Amino acid sequence: MVPLHWYIILGVLLFSIGMAGVLLRRNVLIVLLSLELMLNSVNINLVAFSHSFGDFRGQIIAIFVIAITAAEVAVALGVLVALVRNKATLEVDEITTLKG
Amino acid sequence: MEQAFFILVAVVAVGSGVLVVAARNPIHSALALMVCFVQIAAVFLLLRSPILAVIQMFVYVGAVIVLFLFVIMMMDVREEARIRFMRKGTKLTVAGIFFLGVEMITLFLGSEYLFDLTTSARKVEMSTVDGLGTTLFTEYLFPFEVASVILLAALVGAIILTRRARGTG
Repeated sequence: MVPLHWYIILGVLLFSIGMAGVLLRRNVLIVLLSLELMLNSVNINLVAFSHSFGDFRGQIIAIFVIAITAAEVAVALGVLVALVRNKATLEVDEITTLKG
Repeated sequence: MEQAFFILVAVVAVGSGVLVVAARNPIHSALALMVCFVQIAAVFLLLRSPILAVIQMFVYVGAVIVLFLFVIMMMDVREEARIRFMRKGTKLTVAGIFFLGVEMITLFLGSEYLFDLTTSARKVEMSTVDGLGTTLFTEYLFPFEVASVILLAALVGAIILTRRARGTG
């Protein structure tokens, strides 16, 4: 039996790694990949609490998170393809169209 | 035994997660993320939720990562896009992330009484797929339908976003 806080600490570690990727990397693709990692670490937390409390709802919310993540990835990659077609850059610092 | 498996899986997951952030080539990042997702599916198995492990494998490893790899292949990953990290503000960001991680762990480990409040919730027989399905399709039917509409909207949106404008294509 694995104690609950091991799972939570794993989730915290993966979340911190993903946030480091989002904040530090300059490549848009890697920012999106790190975002996926952050969402997955939250899923670990949800399922761990669901298992610990004997309640299905954590797993159900995790399923919804996975579904919404799939939608998010489809739209984000569509935006990315359109962006690269128009601007031909992958660096987050150069995408400043909305900066007044 | 189970703890040994967990430690193995967690070490590989954290290592491949670091590789996602640190790899120079986006392809390597995507493959490392695939390894990390397989490890997280193993964590779900250790948590006695096999249906979620299967969904994780199908959706993330089978669809999301493959989509990422296709997009990376479509794009010209030029040399300047491989620059690893931001030029300025790196130290401050790392310090902030480290502080946040330590804060999350200490807040969690320091709030043991939180569990006494919530552990008395109803105990259901876990690890059965039919129980999960019953809860999903009775209590959470409306969110389920909303999720399907969101997926449809994302499908249409992705097609419209990637379509070339008429006349220029």
